Amino acid sequence: MSRPAGVLRYGLLPEPLIFERGAPGRTGATCDPTEVGGPAPVDVLPAGLRRDDGLAGLPEVSELDVVRHFTRLSQWNLSAATTLYPLGSCTMKYNPIVNEAIVRSPGFAALHPLLPDAWTQGALELMDRLAGFLRAVSGLPGISLQPAAGAHGELTGLKMVRAYHADRGNPRHRVLIPASAHGTNPASAALCGYTVTEMPANDAGILEVETVRAHLGPDVAAMMITNPNTIGLFERNIQAIAEAVREAGALLYCDGANMNALLGVAKPGDMGADVLQFNLHKTFSTPHGGGGPGAGPVAVSERLEPYLPTPRLVRDASGLRWSEDFPKTIGRVRSFHGNVGMLVRAYGYLRTLGGDGLTDVTAMAVLNANYIRAKLADVLPLAFQTPSLHECVFTDRDLDATGAHTLDLAKRLLDYGFFAPTIYFPLVVPGAIMIEPTETESKQTLDEFIAAVRAIVAEARETPELVKEAPHATFVGRLDETRAARRPVLRWKPPTADPG
Amino acid sequence: MQIPETLRYSEEHEWVLVEDGVATIGITDHAQEELGDIVFVELPAIGAEIAKSATLGVVESVKAVSDVYAPVSGTVTTINEALATKPETMNEDPYGAGWMVKVALADPGDVGALMTAQQYRDFLAREQA
Repeated sequence: MSRPAGVLRYGLLPEPLIFERGAPGRTGATCDPTEVGGPAPVDVLPAGLRRDDGLAGLPEVSELDVVRHFTRLSQWNLSAATTLYPLGSCTMKYNPIVNEAIVRSPGFAALHPLLPDAWTQGALELMDRLAGFLRAVSGLPGISLQPAAGAHGELTGLKMVRAYHADRGNPRHRVLIPASAHGTNPASAALCGYTVTEMPANDAGILEVETVRAHLGPDVAAMMITNPNTIGLFERNIQAIAEAVREAGALLYCDGANMNALLGVAKPGDMGADVLQFNLHKTFSTPHGGGGPGAGPVAVSERLEPYLPTPRLVRDASGLRWSEDFPKTIGRVRSFHGNVGMLVRAYGYLRTLGGDGLTDVTAMAVLNANYIRAKLADVLPLAFQTPSLHECVFTDRDLDATGAHTLDLAKRLLDYGFFAPTIYFPLVVPGAIMIEPTETESKQTLDEFIAAVRAIVAEARETPELVKEAPHATFVGRLDETRAARRPVLRWKPPTADPG
Repeated sequence: MQIPETLRYSEEHEWVLVEDGVATIGITDHAQEELGDIVFVELPAIGAEIAKSATLGVVESVKAVSDVYAPVSGTVTTINEALATKPETMNEDPYGAGWMVKVALADPGDVGALMTAQQYRDFLAREQA
């Protein structure tokens, strides 16, 4: 990378590829063979695993080179720790630092998963109580904390659906999914061996019960619905849909990715759900988007409870213990007990807020999304007029004449110091701009964001090139995404100019 | 935007050209424009039996990954292998070099159910209203 001319922007330093740093023979750490003892590691490796070319092609750098390299790259980045991160459907809320402190306490951090139950009662108690909270907010009696991410939770839920139907003689083979469902649903259903039938919403963005009825049949194992859907609209026909699904002998899967719009206000169990996955990394503030791992606990109705993954926590006279004694279980879906560190953080979040606090989370998340919607609807057309819950979706329809589109608006937002919203999703909205501010943003931040979007829309009309060539203030300008996708360069190769 | 009179069209924005019982299938000019720069195309295997409305292939653009649905039923006889290395052909020449597959029709009646150029033009106008 060439060093930019002129004065640097304070705090942002140029940085080449790690391969271009360092020098032959430079290392970060050395092993003294007299201390390590035994044969050199390379001598005990099978011949097929040895490289004859030494370190050719690998960066040879010092520890300081590495620290500076990644620290500098991180400073070019935007994150929820530096700015509003309004990625719709992702719920990029703030991750409270107190939860990081809690999870680092030795009682959790130093716990080994193979310790006997009697020695881990504290952690087991936390997991049992977390399951209790998830039971309360979902209105569903059965909980598994094992799944490691949202889509893993979906797969776990669908495997239980399959086991339920198989138990009744026929696993069935089709899953119905509305076009406005969470994007991972069709993949999860396909991975579980089901054929997916997509269903359209009506002109208001809402799924009609007649549409569902028309697609239901004896071969349908389940319907997967996201409520509120990925357009941020409440599926108000959910109870009639649940009834129709139940009458057809199918199960109702509710995707819990948008629980941030329901917490403490409405329970998927009351809506007729048989399965729901939580995304702790969205709704319950555990880090995600590179800071993960995720956690995707699953809640199920009484009908599916026998199929929950094992081991399951049971309480007897001596306290909590793990039990494998559930003959109909689908078995284990994750090593040990899931991403327990995330469970601890989510528990911290829940206990900090309490029941009333959770209801406030929902109210504030919905209020924030609707504030943005109301303040921008005159400059960006809404995809649907139906009232929004926790996120709102605009289109770039009115900008067509300017030649600046959704992508350009998103890039230009970076110049204004905001991360971009989700764009071109959901697919049912052409040129979608999907904004989810979450409850953690203040009115001041929202006002700054709104002013930025309004300014960019004005720029698109007056000086469209400024928007179409954005970003200008970031360290790296507009990337050629098309070329990167069509002709990807996946490996760094040493420059060939020097034949020596 | 081009909508050639000689072709038939589906509501999923595919075009069909029938010659001697074989349907050549591609995506319309409108579809490629909505998708944006196409970067990857997945096509069925030669000999695959395709049912009308089932997934025929996948088109990935910088914006989205979209299924392409079969506008007719039949057996895949030829695929446009050049798209593997030059997916941009679908943007540049959607009705010509950007064709996707050729299918031996199982039921020639399938074609009659597709839209004419005028019907497709009206359909697009309604969709954008």
